[in-house]
Parts: sequence; C-alpha cells; structure tokens
Amino acid sequence: MDLTLAAEAAVAASVGRADVVVPVGSGTHTEVGGPAPTGTEVRAPSGIITYDPAELTVTVGAGTTVGELAEVLAAKGQECALDPRDPRATIGGTLACGLSGSRRLRYGPLRDRVLEVRFANAAGDLVRGGGPTVKNVTGYDMPRLLVGSFGTLGVLTRVILRCQPKAIHAFWGSTDQHPDSVRARCFRPSSVLWDGARSSVLLEGHPKDVDVQARAANLEPLDAPPVLPGGPHRGRASVLPNQTEALGTAFAALEGVRWVAESGVGTIHVACDDERDLRVAREATEASGGWLLREAGAPGLDGFGIALPNAALMARVKAAFDPTGKLAPGRLPFSVALREAASS
Amino acid sequence: MISEDRVLLDDLRAALGTERARAEPLELTLYGRDAGVEMGEAAVVCFPATAEHVADAVRIAARHDRPFVARGSGTGLAGGATPVGRPVVIVTTHLNRVLEIDAAQRVAWVEPGVLNLDLSREVRHLGLHYAPDPSSQQACTIGGNVATNAGGPHCLAYGVTAAHVLAIDVVLADGSIARLGGIEPDQPGYDLRGCFVGSEGTMGIATRIAVRLTPNPPTVRTLLLDFMSIEDAGATVSGVIAAGIVPAALEMMDAAITRAVEDFVGAGYPRDAAAVLLVELDGLEDGVAAQVEAVRSVALEHNARTVRVAADEAERALLWKGRKSAFGAIARIAPDYYLHDAVVPRTRLVEVLRKVYAIAAEQRLTMMNVFHAGDGNLHPLIVFDSREPGIWKRVHEAGDAILRACVDAGGVLSGEHGIGLEKRDSMPLVFEPQDLDAQARLRDAFDPSGRANPEKILPQGSRCGELVSVPEGAWI
Repeated sequence: MDLTLAAEAAVAASVGRADVVVPVGSGTHTEVGGPAPTGTEVRAPSGIITYDPAELTVTVGAGTTVGELAEVLAAKGQECALDPRDPRATIGGTLACGLSGSRRLRYGPLRDRVLEVRFANAAGDLVRGGGPTVKNVTGYDMPRLLVGSFGTLGVLTRVILRCQPKAIHAFWGSTDQHPDSVRARCFRPSSVLWDGARSSVLLEGHPKDVDVQARAANLEPLDAPPVLPGGPHRGRASVLPNQTEALGTAFAALEGVRWVAESGVGTIHVACDDERDLRVAREATEASGGWLLREAGAPGLDGFGIALPNAALMARVKAAFDPTGKLAPGRLPFSVALREAASS
Repeated sequence: MISEDRVLLDDLRAALGTERARAEPLELTLYGRDAGVEMGEAAVVCFPATAEHVADAVRIAARHDRPFVARGSGTGLAGGATPVGRPVVIVTTHLNRVLEIDAAQRVAWVEPGVLNLDLSREVRHLGLHYAPDPSSQQACTIGGNVATNAGGPHCLAYGVTAAHVLAIDVVLADGSIARLGGIEPDQPGYDLRGCFVGSEGTMGIATRIAVRLTPNPPTVRTLLLDFMSIEDAGATVSGVIAAGIVPAALEMMDAAITRAVEDFVGAGYPRDAAAVLLVELDGLEDGVAAQVEAVRSVALEHNARTVRVAADEAERALLWKGRKSAFGAIARIAPDYYLHDAVVPRTRLVEVLRKVYAIAAEQRLTMMNVFHAGDGNLHPLIVFDSREPGIWKRVHEAGDAILRACVDAGGVLSGEHGIGLEKRDSMPLVFEPQDLDAQARLRDAFDPSGRANPEKILPQGSRCGELVSVPEGAWI
C-alpha cells in the first residue's frame, strides 16, 4: 500500500471538512505575499516516493524539505534547482509561493522544474495535473497554475520534479566590472549578482571552461557564495531586466536599504531594519515601473503593493477552484468577496 | 449559403475589409482541417491584419453566438485547428511581423503568424536564436507553437515553448484584451501565461507574443552513432543521461526510416543499421570535448559499430538534413502517413518500441520510427496507401493500441502535438474524473461562453455533474 497516498487522502479529507484551510510547511515562507489566515492547519506528507536517476525525475511528498531532497539527489550527482533562501523550506511551500532561486539566469524560473502536481481541492478530492514525463502536452498546464498560487487553489500534496546533473565544477568569483559587461564576457553564467560596487558571478561547467571564462571576465575567486541581504523586513523587487541596474542605483541612494540585484533577470532582493525603509524601496520600485513583493516582516505593508493584473480573470479562476474562498484566504486578494457571498 | 452565415460574413467584411473575410467553397474546404486527419466545417474564414481585427472578429462571432477557431499555418497534427460547430476560422498568417528585437534583454516581440524559423533567421546576426525547433519549423507559426506548447529536438536541453514565452497579448472569448505574463521576472497572482501556453486556442487568441531568445553556443558537436540492435541504441540513451550528460539533442531513427532517409538524402547514414542515434552536444569547448568522449565510450560500451563525429559545419548540416527530411523520404514509399506522438519514461523506450512493432505487424502496417529519444518522445509513423480498402480502420486501431501501450508504460498522450480532436476521447486513459473536472473549470474560467475552439482537449462529460446523455428508455 502506498502510505503517502493514504496520508494525502487524509490531508484532502481534512481540507474538505475545514472552513478555513491553512497549508503549513516549515514556516519559512509564511510572510510572503498576503498575510496567512488562521484556521485548520494542514500539512502535506514528506518523503521521497520514487527517484530514478536515469529519468532525471523525482516524486516527492510536498512536505519534503528542499534540503532533504538535495541530499538524496546529490548522492547520485544530480540536483533540482529550487534554490530557496532557506533549505529547510518544504518543496510544497517553495512552489506555492513561487519564489525563483538566484540561479534563474541560467536555469529559468521555479515553475519550469515542475512536471506533475497532486493537490487537495476545496471539496476534499485529490486532483492530479501535468504528467510524469519530462515532456508532456496532455491537457492544461495545471502545474504552472499551482506554482505561485499560495495554496489558494488547492493544497499541494505530491509533486514530480525535473532534476539535472550537477555541474562537475562550480566557481564563485567577483569583479568590480559592471554586471552587463560580465554577462557579455561569459557564456550562460548561472548567476550574476550585483550590489552596486561589485559583481559576483557563479560559473558552472567543465573546470577548464570555467577557468577560461573566469579569466576573460577578470574574476577573483570568492571564499564563499555571496549572501543575500538579511533583516527583519524583506522584499523582492521585480523590474524589466534592463532597469535592474538603474533601480539598484536608486536603492543605493536610500539609507537603510540593503540590496543585491540579479543582473539579467530583473529581481532585486531588499532587506531593511525599519519597515518604513521597505516602504520607500517599494515606492522606488514602482516609480521604475516594477513592483515589490513582501517576503518577510513589514506587517504594515500590503503583500503586493499593486493591483493584481487581470484581476477579474484571476478571480474567476479562484472561484472555479474554491467557490467559498476557504483555501488560504488573504494570501492572494480573491477570497474576501467569495467568503462574503458564501456567508450571505 | 445560409442566411445567418451571410449576415456574419457581411459583418466581418464591414469590420475587417471585404477581402479579409471569405466564404467561397474552396476556402471553406481548405480551412476545413489542419494537417491532421479529421475534416470539420467552417462558416467563414477571416484573415485579420491587426490585433484590432482579431478582437473585432471575436466580438462579431460572439454577437452571432458562433464559436471561433484560431489557425496559424495549419501544420498541427491533432486536429486542434479543425473547425467544429461551423465557427469563424481566424487565420493569423497575415499577422506576421517581428515587432521588436531587444538583444540586450534577449527578448523578441512577435505577431502570432511569424514562422518559427524566420524568427531565428532574423536574430542570427545577433548571435541569438529561438530555441524550440519543431520539425515543421519552416512552416509552423509561433502562435501555433504557443497553442500546442510545441517542442522539437533541441527541447531536451532547452525546454519546450512554455519555457520560452514570457508574455502574451490575448483576445479572450468575450472580445476583451489582456496581457498575460510580462518581461519582468515575476507578476503577482496566478500564472495565466503558463495556463494559456498549450491551451490549443481554447482560452482565446494570441495577438502579440514576447519570447526569450537564446545565445548561440560557442561550440557544437554532432555525432552519428550506429547500432545493430535497438536495445543497444536504447541502452545508450539511458547511459548518456546516467553519465550526467543532457545533450542539446538526442534523436533515434530505426532501420526502416534510416534506409528511407539515406536513399532520399544521401547523408551517409548506414543503410544496414538497426538504429542510429543523432547526438548533439553544445556549450563551451572543453566541456563539449569531454562530453563527446563520454558519449563515445558509452556508445562503444553498448556495441556501437561506428561513432562518427561531424568534422565541420557542412557535415553537421548534412547529418541534420537526414533527420529533418524523414517526412519527405517516406513520401517515396507510400502516399499517406499517420504520425503519432506520445511520451514514455526514457528507460522504457525499447520495451515500448517492441510493442509498437508488434502492433504494426498484427495490423499488417508499415511502421517507421524517428523520434526524440532523449526525452522519451516517440513518433511512430504508419506509412500506407489510403486507397487500400479497410486501411483506415487498421491505422486507427494501431494508433489506439500504441497510445495504450505508452500509457501502460507510465507515459502520456502527447509530447508536443497536443490533444486537439484526435486524442480528446483518450484523455480518460490518463486522467481521473476529478482531474478532468479541474481542467474544465480552468478552461471555463477563461471562457465562460465555451465559444473558443469548442470540443477540443476535454472529452464530453469532463465537468463533474455534467449530463452526458440520457440512457435510452430512462424515465424522466
């Protein structure tokens, strides 16, 4: 008997019965986006269900931590580029919040990792979407819909992820050159982080190729990978990739705002000791045409700061999956109207 | 012509121009199907030249309570663009401008009718290309690629269309306009762009598409491996992946197609091989060189007769010409073919191939296989003469049996062609009722009217509680 399936069915039954469903993982992503509601807490089962290295795919309970998965894959020379800030995060929580890791420049966004999802729907049934193979266009792309949905369409219980061979060599180096010029000199760097003064670059591949590239870009080796800014109030700015350096420069003029930009991507990680500074950083982001997601702290800030695009269409999607607004209400702003309508 | 159709045609002509909406018998026949086998029936065919025309056409269809079907070049093989319910067919081939190329951000904005290969040609001088490369890339449109989430040989390493589409301007079924996704790395809320890619025209029509451009790799090596058994070729596929290599492309051709291609192109493929593998490795010089050696040793370990590494660009192009000419080659053998598309776990490729051959033998059909082995994407190709009495029945029965064999091996119904009409009724083979219900809810959220390309993807009865039919003799 598939013990994980039994545990998933129990999660689904609990989701079906609850009035307000609060999916819970390791608690590392609780403050991302809209505030977490109070209600019936549900936890997805954890554990590796099947792993076949020759398929480059792994099936896991959504409650498995990213760190645990990384260990199992590393034993076979593979990895899954989920890359959350904190590897104690569960895979389900990481996917539900949709935060891509800092190697996105090379490996693409988080949602490209997911092949199949199984989730508990509002009625308490287990629903499967996508498929187990690395290539698949059988029906609508439910995995991409669920990634970044904050648990408001269903509670992830099991996922199939795409893995990749771990690069045989990885090298972090830094230079005072502008990140644009670094990217022009390197072929597919995995990450180019910029803090306004220095560019820190991750190169992955054959040692000789990495060495040639590092010399071409004048990189000095770093002892440890750079650390993203920390602090009680954190956010993630998203702007057009060609606005990244301009917004970083604007942040540099703000006291109390620590930041690191992902060059070529358009993501800037922001941290502040004072909530007001994060608000100022959000204003600067919006002035440059982007938006800033609240990632941690800053209880006085709205989770997203801007009106969601295509809100009417998104509200229809939400209503189709969760007609009474019981799934993680508040994490995305679509539940209020549904709950009011359901209770009247 | 039915009088309602006349009014519909007149309204479309008034909005788009007389020449842009047509209903002559020749056009209705021509646009009555795509490259699949099912024939449909269009009421009117229109050829918008602007996004506004598309929105006008959709609104006029809505006013007349007619369905609408988007169509690019019509190269789809699953009947996704086949008109059902006498719809307005909206052909996007006149929307064929590359609107903007941003080399610094590696983004191109294109209209949906731009041909796949034309985009790569247009950005070649910048050292960039558009990665998804379906075999029909000379003829198929980017809009159609978005609809089917198209793949191609190089999707093994680079990912299918969904990984390369950043933003889509769409006309929804009610005629409203929306931008899904964006050039910024993240947008708040649900990934509507991700839902739209692969939705086969059932969620609306794309009018502008922003795609990611990929830098050309500095080093590319193409290898031809030649085997005396498909088991050895299959073991080599798994062995390469297990060695920690994800090639840019990893294609397999069986004995029959290898001979056919060699007779047609003369690419130097071994005519007596049981299977050949075409392997492409790309990246930086030393890494590629090491991978070439690793692939060579995996192949020799599995009894490869020869390992041929293309010496120069001309030889490399010739090897690829063989692979990409497969469909031209089979036209010399028989007038008709039926191309299947299904995916299995790559470790079960050989086992499923054996079943596919047995099915062909049982139905007395000629079967060839040329496919994306690296991602387990099978393309069994049945070659036949449709004038032979009773042949279609055997072709269809073989197709159904192949799909079942793939699903039984843990596979899926389609890797890159889509579901369309062809495989709609096979969806319950891989999905439970509650899975189909969730998909139907998503589709209905995008298009509550159900007028965007009806009858595609989801079989009747997908919505839980949907009345399928009243049993004969039932008391109601």
